Amino acid sequence: MSHSIPRNSGSELDMAWVRQAQVNKSAAGRRAKTLTTRRSIKKEHQVAWLLKAVTMIDLTTLEGNDTAGRVVRLCAKARNPIRHEQLEALGMADVNLTVGAVCVYPNRVREAVAALQGTDIPVAVVSPGFPSGQVPVPPRVEGIEKLVEEGAGEIDIVIGREHVFTGNWQEIYDNVRAYRLACGDTAHLKTIIETGELATLTNVYRASIVCMMAGADFIKTSTGKTKVNATLPFSLIMCRAIRDYQERTGFKVGFKPAGGIRTAKDALAWLILMKEELGDGWLTPELFRFGASSLLGDIERQVSHHISGRYASAKYMPLG
Amino acid sequence: MTVREIFDTMSYGLAPESAATANAWLDDHNRRFGMFVNGQWLQPSDAKYFDVIAPATGEKMAEVVNGTAEDVDNAYKVAKKAFKGWSQTADHERARILYAIARGIQKHHRLLAVVESLDNGKTIRESRDIDIPLVARHFYHHAGWAQLMARELPGYGPVGVVGQIIPWNFPLLMMAWKVAPALAMGNTVVIKPASATTLSALLFAEIAAEAGLPPGVLNVVTGADGVGKAIVAHGGFDKLAFTGSTGVGKSIRRITAGSGVKLSLELGGKSPFIVFDDADIDAAIEGVVDAIWFNQGEVCCAGSRLLVQENISAAFYDKLKRRMDTLRVGHSLDKNVDMGAVVDQRQKETIERWIEIGLAEGADLYVAKCEMPSEGVFVPPTLLTNVEPASSVVQEEIFGPVLVGMTFRMPAEAIALANNTRYGLAASIWSENINLALDVATKVKAGSVWINSTNLFDAASGFGGYRESGFGREGGREGLFEYVKPAGHKRIQAEIPEVENWGERVYGRPGGGSSVASNGLVDRTAKMYIGGKQARPDGAYMYPVVNPKGEIAGRAGDGNRKDIRNAVEAAHAAKGWADRTPHNRAQILFYMAENLAARADEFAQQIRRMTGRTLKSSKEEVDLAISRLFTYAAYADKHGGTVQETTLYGLVVALNEPVGVIGISCPDEHPLLGFVSLLAPAIAKGNTTVVIPSEKYPLSATDFYQILDTSDLPGGVINIVTGGRDHLSKTLAGHDDVDAMWYFGDAVGSQQVELLSANNMKRTWVTYGQQIDWLDEGQAAGDEFLRQATQVKNVWVPMGE
Repeated sequence: MSHSIPRNSGSELDMAWVRQAQVNKSAAGRRAKTLTTRRSIKKEHQVAWLLKAVTMIDLTTLEGNDTAGRVVRLCAKARNPIRHEQLEALGMADVNLTVGAVCVYPNRVREAVAALQGTDIPVAVVSPGFPSGQVPVPPRVEGIEKLVEEGAGEIDIVIGREHVFTGNWQEIYDNVRAYRLACGDTAHLKTIIETGELATLTNVYRASIVCMMAGADFIKTSTGKTKVNATLPFSLIMCRAIRDYQERTGFKVGFKPAGGIRTAKDALAWLILMKEELGDGWLTPELFRFGASSLLGDIERQVSHHISGRYASAKYMPLG
Repeated sequence: MTVREIFDTMSYGLAPESAATANAWLDDHNRRFGMFVNGQWLQPSDAKYFDVIAPATGEKMAEVVNGTAEDVDNAYKVAKKAFKGWSQTADHERARILYAIARGIQKHHRLLAVVESLDNGKTIRESRDIDIPLVARHFYHHAGWAQLMARELPGYGPVGVVGQIIPWNFPLLMMAWKVAPALAMGNTVVIKPASATTLSALLFAEIAAEAGLPPGVLNVVTGADGVGKAIVAHGGFDKLAFTGSTGVGKSIRRITAGSGVKLSLELGGKSPFIVFDDADIDAAIEGVVDAIWFNQGEVCCAGSRLLVQENISAAFYDKLKRRMDTLRVGHSLDKNVDMGAVVDQRQKETIERWIEIGLAEGADLYVAKCEMPSEGVFVPPTLLTNVEPASSVVQEEIFGPVLVGMTFRMPAEAIALANNTRYGLAASIWSENINLALDVATKVKAGSVWINSTNLFDAASGFGGYRESGFGREGGREGLFEYVKPAGHKRIQAEIPEVENWGERVYGRPGGGSSVASNGLVDRTAKMYIGGKQARPDGAYMYPVVNPKGEIAGRAGDGNRKDIRNAVEAAHAAKGWADRTPHNRAQILFYMAENLAARADEFAQQIRRMTGRTLKSSKEEVDLAISRLFTYAAYADKHGGTVQETTLYGLVVALNEPVGVIGISCPDEHPLLGFVSLLAPAIAKGNTTVVIPSEKYPLSATDFYQILDTSDLPGGVINIVTGGRDHLSKTLAGHDDVDAMWYFGDAVGSQQVELLSANNMKRTWVTYGQQIDWLDEGQAAGDEFLRQATQVKNVWVPMGE
């Protein structure tokens, strides 16, 4: 993957900004609710947008029973997410359409890297401490270094949520800074703030800006392992944090909603959010990813429906 | 565009809502509509028609009858006839029909939305997600009020035949706001939709008839201004309800002065949108979008005057401009636009003229960099900064997508700027500090106040204005009183003679009869009472107070314009009275009663001396005056308002706020009790007053200032100006800084007061010479008095963290 966008190098921890942050929940809710009623993506636009969404998927498997075989199968799907004849029908055959990344547990990195050899598809790894964050920092830093050595292109790491509630922003800042250093020049860092556990939008905003100040390349909503994951209001606030950070530092930080995004309709809603709140510049896999496992299947069905005019069945879509 | 091109650009496309069903409905009517009268389509053989134009394309969709005064009269007669039956229907029967109408709206939701958007130019998103759901909600809510009418409004009945005139900005919603409470309370209706937007009213009439509304109960007369004028001038309507411009509202007030018609007017606005530096700024930016670019800014309560705290204004304007650039303007049926077409070419030109005026006055212009459609009548989102309160674009309602922005330094200045307007319809306040937000909400003069939100509406919350934004409320319990009257009360239709020189007066002179025996009392000189001090009449004239036997009971100051001017100024200076705690006001009213009781005999003697009534009767009047003071001491802390049960997650509170400065012209009968019965409710609810006591028998009132002096009442809360009732009422009713005028005099004076009130749209309460039995607590105290002494402000406080 080419990196034409200057990488966020972080900034000093600005506690005044953290403290003065104010998010009004009901107003955020109203905006989130009307985002998708003010915009409607239909027909050719819909299918083109969905194909774009495919390129932004971090195709994910994060299960205790993942094996080498499971990961290889997923990587095959990552290379060819949409059947070739369908891309041909849409005049998209010459686009090398792949997903944005494959996302796995640390034990599966080598297999994924091998399976994606010869492609631009990076392997994203949820790093030690996932999903609870209740793990000491030194082994997490060591873990990241090892994963980068093994070929991981992207590191998805959770922050310690405890520090949000104790107000220890310095700790979060220092930790994320350490993870970022461990990533080195090659791997990109996605920090998971776990929106569902932070509970309030103000916490979500504060955690977002602290992670960006510490040098995160992406901020990511959730692990997908809690009851509440990516919602539009949480995502709206994270996007606004990204915008504010860009205004102050000039750096564009990426956004990754994860967990609960299952349908093509959901994907369109998040693309509308990005376009409306952050602009077209963010409608690229370099700055936007979906953390999803079942989203691709629904997109395939919608693409098929667009081409044939008939509602589609999953049995025609190759499993990932 | 190919899929590949879209994939690369990620652009939005068209997402048109289908107009097929709406077109089929127009075809069902051969694209030529009659008026809907007596349950039938009425197309008089000599009818003239005018075109219905879709503003998004300029296309002609249909034609409708251009009605005449005759058509109005015919519809009135039909409604009058239908009133006999409809007003007698059981509450539950009306409730069932209103419920069926609500369901009918939901059943035909999409068709209504498409027709509304085609006809008005508003976006399908808004008609589909806002207008039509609110219409259905209004009928549900009022089906409930119909069901509960006897239980919740005992002693009240319908007003009669109602004439309603509605605007083009929310055609169907405004119709619902007027029709639902009218029908729920048992009235029948003749309604005129705006000539630019007639279709949804006709479609609604069809749906209502299908829902079982009896013929003649709701009649729709289409046409141009002539139809509206005919409704106003008709004289037969017992109630008129109008939504539209302040200019037309004033003329309606003048034309109907003296007719005894019940009137509610929902007029213009220039509502402030106040952003404090501790607000969630991104939320406030979206708020601005919903405030002024909702419905193309063609919203009477649009947040059109942005007030931003100076320390954040530069950043705020930057963010706002960026947000403006992402707005999309286009065809009303495109599901991908934020703003549609304005209603017609004339409105577009009006808006553009205002922008030019703003520029000529030195404003900085920012126009959203959005693509504009090539046909149809569109105006882009527009921001004017570098404007001042003195700029006409800041003072006048533009009624289009044009926002004016100013800054303030501190909360007090924000409030001062917010209230620096003749309007008072709505306000929006943005701050994360609840103390600050609620304080400002209390101090802003507006009927609807939205905290950290804007343009929220609900059937359970009354909508309406302060000041020149009109009077009356639509929605909520407070709105019902616009469509009921005490059962058995007949509308007063007095024959009012033409009078010349109303209110002129030759001041008093010595002589005029022998004096009442003094019984050894020392001579007393009655003064006026202004700002808590006794004051000699400015003109230095006194007039004799003559009892029925022709004897002079004393002399009172013969007041003039300047006494009224001074009294009104004193009343304004005393406005801190409204901030006293209700308990404190109650204490003072109790104390007044206590002090009056201590001097009951003396007051009774004065009444006897002036009126020639028996001592027993005079004593009874004093006792009742004491009791009445108790009544309003009691109400001082028991009429604060209600929590409204709306669809908002949050708190919506209806506050019964004081009206402000009330001018009170007292009746002649019962000089003490009439006086006390009027001033007590006014001051109990925090108003300050200028009282003109009984012209004939003013001395009970002038004796009363000694009671006031000993009861801890702050100076200026009650100001007493004696003299010629009409002479003084004329100045008071015409005074631009008086907020309400109560006139308990004759029919001529009532008419004159209503006429003069139109200048600043002060509220009036007049009796056309009809006497109230002041001895009857049922008639002479209670609900009506409290309602007149207050105006309802609905404060919306969303919640959630």
